[in-house]
Amino acid sequence: MAQLDLRELHSTEFPVPDEMQGNVAITSLSKLYNWSRRSSMWPMLFGLACCAIEMIATAASRYDLSRFGMEVMRASPRQSDLMIVSGTVTKKMVVPIVRLYNQMPEPKYVLAMGACASGGGPFKEGYNVVSGIDQYLPVDVYVPGCPPTPQALLYGLIALQKKIDGQSLANMDDVPWYGVGPAEPTPVPILGPDIIDPRQMDLIRRQAELAAQGKPYGLREIPESALKRQTAQIAPKTKPQIAAASGTVEADDPEKAARLAKREAALARKKAESGETAAASVVADAPAPATGGDKKAFDKAAMLEKIRAKKAK
Amino acid sequence: MTVTEIPLVEATTSETAISRLKERFPGAVQDDSRHGYSGVVVDKSKLVEVATYMRDTLGYDYLSSATAVDYHGIADSMEMVYHAYRTAGGPALVFKAQTDRAKAELPSLIDVWPGADFQEREAYDLYGIQFAGHPNLKRILLWEGFNGYPMRKDWREAYYEEEHKPFESRWPAGWVRRAEELNVYGKNVHYPADFDLAKLTDKSEESLYSDLGLGVNVQDLSTENGHLKTDKLVVNMGPHHPSTHGVFRMIVTLDGETIESLEPVMGYLHRNHEKIGERNSWNHNMPFTDRLDYLSSMGNNHGYALAVEQLFATGNKWNPPSYRAECIRVLMVELTRIVNHYWAIGFLLNDLGAFFTPALYAIAEREKILDFFEATAGARMMCNYMRFGGLYKDLPERMHSVANLINDKVRDFNTMEYLSELINERIPRSIDELDEFLTASEIIKSRTVGVGYLPPEMAIAYSAAGPLLRASGVPYDVRRADPYSIYPELEFDVAVRYNGDIYDRYLIRLDEMRESVRILKQILPRLEKTKGEPVAGISQYMPRVPMGESYGRVENPKGELGYYVVSAGDEKGPQNPWRYHVRAPSFINLTALGPMCVGHKVADVVAILGSIDIVLGETDR
Amino acid sequence: MFGQGIVKGLWVTFKHFFNTYADDIKYAGRKYLRQENFEVRQGLRSQGAFTVQYPDEKLAVPERFRFTPFLVTEDTDPARVGEDWCTSCGICAKVCPPQCIWIVRGTDPNTGRPVPQPEAFFIDIDICMNCGFCAEFCPFDAIKMDHNYEMASYDRTMHHIHDKDRLSKPLSYWKSIAPTTALEEANARGGWEHPDVLKAMKKAGKTADKPTKDNMWNVLSAPANQALPAPTAPASPAEAKPVPPAAPAAAAPAPSAEGGKAKFDKQAMLAKIREKKAK
Repeated sequence: MAQLDLRELHSTEFPVPDEMQGNVAITSLSKLYNWSRRSSMWPMLFGLACCAIEMIATAASRYDLSRFGMEVMRASPRQSDLMIVSGTVTKKMVVPIVRLYNQMPEPKYVLAMGACASGGGPFKEGYNVVSGIDQYLPVDVYVPGCPPTPQALLYGLIALQKKIDGQSLANMDDVPWYGVGPAEPTPVPILGPDIIDPRQMDLIRRQAELAAQGKPYGLREIPESALKRQTAQIAPKTKPQIAAASGTVEADDPEKAARLAKREAALARKKAESGETAAASVVADAPAPATGGDKKAFDKAAMLEKIRAKKAK
Repeated sequence: MTVTEIPLVEATTSETAISRLKERFPGAVQDDSRHGYSGVVVDKSKLVEVATYMRDTLGYDYLSSATAVDYHGIADSMEMVYHAYRTAGGPALVFKAQTDRAKAELPSLIDVWPGADFQEREAYDLYGIQFAGHPNLKRILLWEGFNGYPMRKDWREAYYEEEHKPFESRWPAGWVRRAEELNVYGKNVHYPADFDLAKLTDKSEESLYSDLGLGVNVQDLSTENGHLKTDKLVVNMGPHHPSTHGVFRMIVTLDGETIESLEPVMGYLHRNHEKIGERNSWNHNMPFTDRLDYLSSMGNNHGYALAVEQLFATGNKWNPPSYRAECIRVLMVELTRIVNHYWAIGFLLNDLGAFFTPALYAIAEREKILDFFEATAGARMMCNYMRFGGLYKDLPERMHSVANLINDKVRDFNTMEYLSELINERIPRSIDELDEFLTASEIIKSRTVGVGYLPPEMAIAYSAAGPLLRASGVPYDVRRADPYSIYPELEFDVAVRYNGDIYDRYLIRLDEMRESVRILKQILPRLEKTKGEPVAGISQYMPRVPMGESYGRVENPKGELGYYVVSAGDEKGPQNPWRYHVRAPSFINLTALGPMCVGHKVADVVAILGSIDIVLGETDR
Repeated sequence: MFGQGIVKGLWVTFKHFFNTYADDIKYAGRKYLRQENFEVRQGLRSQGAFTVQYPDEKLAVPERFRFTPFLVTEDTDPARVGEDWCTSCGICAKVCPPQCIWIVRGTDPNTGRPVPQPEAFFIDIDICMNCGFCAEFCPFDAIKMDHNYEMASYDRTMHHIHDKDRLSKPLSYWKSIAPTTALEEANARGGWEHPDVLKAMKKAGKTADKPTKDNMWNVLSAPANQALPAPTAPASPAEAKPVPPAAPAAAAPAPSAEGGKAKFDKQAMLAKIREKKAK
């Protein structure tokens, strides 16, 4: 085997595997960089609704956000790294929120706190409510709950820190702010007759053209699959017998067939599992009280194991 | 000190008041004869006259609530419902004015009761009723240019599914689908048919500034006679200003540093509480009320429960809450008041610039009370604890926690011991500590004494409520003026202060906390005595409520919280409220913000706002 | 004298400052290690700092705490392990204020009649308001509020609609997170078993053991299982419904006995609900 001349490594001719193309080995630097970023994450002092109260409670003495280097709540977006969207985002409020987000310097993160900020929450059906801030801004971590308790929020913040820990300086997707040129600002929504996302102008225009042609406009175009589901929903009380007899409806619907197959598989799995458990309990059936104790201990251990696994993930 | 001049009161009850009205305005005032309704219907051409008579002669000087109801489908009319009270106490005089749906127009009562200002604007915004004579009839919760009047019964939101919950699609064939999937734009939006994107203008901002004479040329600022000649300056504060307690916005016109006018802009947290509330069933609304004034959810629960219980009481088969349930209700509500005032004082000091130390001290104590709420009701903030005719569950024997996650540390306290220690030792001590910490401080005094003065007659006229009203020398407390629950048998004083400035509003909160502790100390032995009494409310999950209207109000920490509910449309008793309106104290107290701020410096605005103690969930609903 | 008030206020801050370290001195470094110290610190006798060092020590939540809902599955009865307690009666879906529960009622593939078993169950936790109504009004104690609040995720489209697999947790889990409440509920039912099983037992003239703290973790006794007629709760869901719905066209005319059973079941269910209401 010929000796590899190390100088060859520096030549552009040297074959570099595809996945290594464009990479520079800076792992330790990444670590340092991530550590400093995640340990001085300054949230914006910016509360929307109920969750904001829990956010303040998190920052207060009992849960003490400063243990994570996050106690410096900045009132100005120019000085903050993290936007905790804490509460219901209304259409009227999303305009300032997007503007604030655009004013934050990169790297910037968004944490959707609570059900409302994640997906509209209990107020989703309201006419003035945005179903999730992620329709307008990229969200890094979602914290469910209504409202999340301070501990739940802390868990979310730790999740965000973990996310940052997993990023690499070498990956442009992780650190897009080192790209060329200024970052593209998120277009600010417009308040017309209803809120208008500038990114959706084309869609809206298309609908307007439909209207000009005298075609029905403003009606909901329900996707076909959903329609099928809806008809299936209206039917089941009276029709299943007919369906079973003719054997068409379910069989024709590939989606439902797939679902049924999946369900069958799940049932089979469950059966196997329950069989196992039943067998296990039969074996250990003799000393009854002891079994109870064992069972409890076992259960708890399994539960803890599960939680641990989840955490590790 | 100004003493409120109590107008000459002729009639003593609302019945005599009504008969006096009918005498004075024959033909224009008629009894509301619908089943379950009370009060009078006033002809709209005479409305202002009748209202003036009511205020000046009959002594109904306090307009508590003014709200619109759309009777689309029952009658082709909309009506405004007014609840007027005497600050001397007593029940309401309810009067209504009806108008056509197609051309909804009513005279404005802003000249009689300036407190009608925001409420009429809200009715215009959500129902499209034009108020003749209103000087500033603009949208208040939504933005200028919004399509339609959303609270009208025939207006449908983008995610509309059905008129009423429960929705059919959830069961028995409830394949999950997100609402986004079924909306044509994939978002919660709905555009009108004649909408032209090319002509789109964002009128929402423009309309706010249009009256103010926007802009100032800095080059024009020059010295004249040695003084800086200042021009008017329009400054926008909010909606994410750190001192606005949420997403409140003010547009302030300044002359130098002095405020010339201030216009509150709200609606940044308008999450359609009332529209959703009318889709909901009666029970469904209970957890939603938690999210109104999210610092005092127990109080919100109580008000709603009272309003609906009034309706239940008109039907048969109704068991009012047991004595123990009432005791626990009062216990919870008074603890909530303490929690809220801790928060209010802490964050008032924040607004004054004492950044976070007082607030941290105050809310450290709050945590102890929240622990109790969590162990009893299940959540720290969104308690959802009260039910019609009772409570969710009795107090637990022990405030017991169970290890569930790794590193969990359990706690185990005896509930009654915890409570008595909390009420007898801990809370009074911390109130005294706050008092010692803040009251005498010269810095606080110089920032607050004499600032944001609200004279009592103005406080009444602007329908101010709660600590804001009582700090101006008006001893009006719903717990005493129109008693409910077991308050009549409890011993406590209505806290009053007479200077009407920020300092007094701070002091009155301390007073109220002390009064609450006094009430709580009386509740504890009652709890011991009634141990074992059932407290559960009605167990139907979809109760039918007898037809009629009711207005339930409680003295919430922020002021008078009222619920106007109408049960109509179904003979058997509807499962859903026809109208569900919240008279939010924060919202109406803000009417007085502008007048209070005029003449003060811009730095005082945040302090004055903090002293009103608003919460946006309730303001915008 | 001007400044007196400020000094007074500063004295309070000084007391707070001192109290922060008082505990450290009192417990001489054992402040964060012992359960007793924790209880004192988080109780009403604490002065000064009472910080919860969150990831290292967590404040366990009380029994009544509610976060998101979960479905109870059987695990104490060996014959029915993994079976849902839910009978897909739909009350939780109806009583849910923001309507975040979707239930597909199970149907018998042979007869097309509804069976008391959910075929699918979804909860959109982006809508859920943690109010606990579903758990409160469920007549079968089949849906409960979970205590696990550590649910943050990086993505919501995949993780925030919980299906039946994700929602299902064994009964013993509920017993472990809320022992007192579970005992109360069992006493209200009249036994640790599912209401339907209890009813069947009662019909067969058997009585369930009175629920106590001691027999909480027992595996159910054999007679209880034998008392259970098959159609009321199919011994295993896999037995009842693995048949593809399109295939047995011939089976369409339902055996009347089975149909009658299903009907009876519903009646019983209604009776149960009525009973609870009357109470």
